[in-house]
Amino acid sequence: MSAYRAQVRTELALASRQGEQLLVSLGIPLLVLTFFSLVEVVPVPTADPVDYVAPATLALAVVSTAMVSLGIGTGFDRQYGVLKRLGATPLGTGRWIAAKTTLVVLTELVQLVVLVGVAAALGWRPPVAGWPAALAGLTLGTLAFAGIGLLLAGTLPGLVTLAVTNGIYLVLLLTGGVIVPVEELPGPLATVSRLLPAAALVEVTTESLVAGGSVGTWAWVTLTAWAVAAPLAAARCFRWE
Amino acid sequence: MPTSTGPVEVIEVEDLVVRYGDLVAVDGVSFTARAGEVTVVLGPNGAGKTSTVEHLEGYRPAAAGRARVLGLDPQRDHHQLVRRVGVMLQEGGIQPAIRPREVLRQYAGFFPDPLDVDELLDSVGLTERAGTTVRRLSGGERQRLSLALALIGRPEVVVLDEPTAGIDLEGRERIRSILEGLRTSGTGVLVTTHDLDEAERFADHVVVIDRGRVVAAGSLADLTSERSTTLGFRSHDPVDVETLGRAMAADARSTGNGAYEVDLPAEPQHIARLSTWLAEQGVAATEIRAGGSRLEDVYRDLVTGAERRDEA
Repeated sequence: MSAYRAQVRTELALASRQGEQLLVSLGIPLLVLTFFSLVEVVPVPTADPVDYVAPATLALAVVSTAMVSLGIGTGFDRQYGVLKRLGATPLGTGRWIAAKTTLVVLTELVQLVVLVGVAAALGWRPPVAGWPAALAGLTLGTLAFAGIGLLLAGTLPGLVTLAVTNGIYLVLLLTGGVIVPVEELPGPLATVSRLLPAAALVEVTTESLVAGGSVGTWAWVTLTAWAVAAPLAAARCFRWE
Repeated sequence: MPTSTGPVEVIEVEDLVVRYGDLVAVDGVSFTARAGEVTVVLGPNGAGKTSTVEHLEGYRPAAAGRARVLGLDPQRDHHQLVRRVGVMLQEGGIQPAIRPREVLRQYAGFFPDPLDVDELLDSVGLTERAGTTVRRLSGGERQRLSLALALIGRPEVVVLDEPTAGIDLEGRERIRSILEGLRTSGTGVLVTTHDLDEAERFADHVVVIDRGRVVAAGSLADLTSERSTTLGFRSHDPVDVETLGRAMAADARSTGNGAYEVDLPAEPQHIARLSTWLAEQGVAATEIRAGGSRLEDVYRDLVTGAERRDEA
């Protein structure tokens, strides 16, 4: 068995054992999707709430997997000396990154299938033409949030990474346009929010996947900037032990 | 293993210096370790043992001096060495949520010709615990798992940092027998410990270090052979070693911490003469003994010195 496959198998086995991570990556997006699609508690720009909430939860799913799960997993790997120990094996950094990437992509695919399936059951019918832009956005979002997650994991103790990533997740859930559209936020908060990757990612997915939508240029600029800057910062600052 | 071409040096360290900022952890250490031998780096906590082995493992750069493992540079040739060197870190390195069999299979996947996972579990005595998460293993079981991970890739050199720390008697015995097997198979083994008994049990060759420097080195036989050539005693009262030397007609010296020695075999007539002289001088000796091994003397003084520094 190759080193890469051995590492992926271990990562998958460990990930499947982390119940609380499964809750963050599937439970919360599913809860948000069904609750806010069925109960109109907040104003959304679409006639049927699911048309806004479904693509927004896809963005949320990326934040949970790329930043929260990856960050916490890597943070504890680092704290337990797992990364240091792997450094003395032939695995190598390249294959380690490839294995982590595989884990993130596989998790996101499962999230995508489940969330799109449930959203379809709730009556979501997104325009097919919008998918390429939405998937491009989700890819850029994955890079941006994985960068943030790894930056935290590579510089802070495991428990602090856990607290900080969950905290950011909650703040982005509330201010990133997932539940409440950014336009509905107070002016200054909306401005700050547009500079952060979550609101940009939500703008890309919701506007791509709604009939007659158009993605604001600011969203692509913000998202691309984070997708480049965050992984670079992580690579620069990451400490293995 | 000594062959017709003589023993092969698998680790060579020359004037190695390792620094952390202004702190000099390793201050000019030199030693060699050979294939088919167990070399023990012995020293009190904080002596620089871990910094030395972590340089050999490629984790720490050298500020000066050089080291070679299998003739290669630990940092520059790291990617080649990781295939040929088995490492056991002082602590950690394993996910608490993983199980021994899983982590051994994972590591087996990293090497072209790994040992059989089940046989290895058996040899470290973890067969019955193979499916228990690491979190639930005892400290000693984790140490044995960590040792197994060091061995899975059939390394030519094994570097073990405090392998018996926190391990029970049975675990120690297993580790000793595994080291014995490695020695027989011609593997070069470098072990650090702060435990003198451990060093005497495992070692072919001992390197004693303190405060980043080598203070004694040699084969275990060399370091323990001077057993009866000196006569030692301890006293809280001051002793004039010159007078003592004249009285005993032999060289006498203070070895620090209230310990003295006289270059005479520990024979009854010498012991009697020493006791009489001490009594005449009004010096209360707390202990009169045959010299003991040099290793023991050197090491006991180091440890008491280190403890005193810790207290200060």
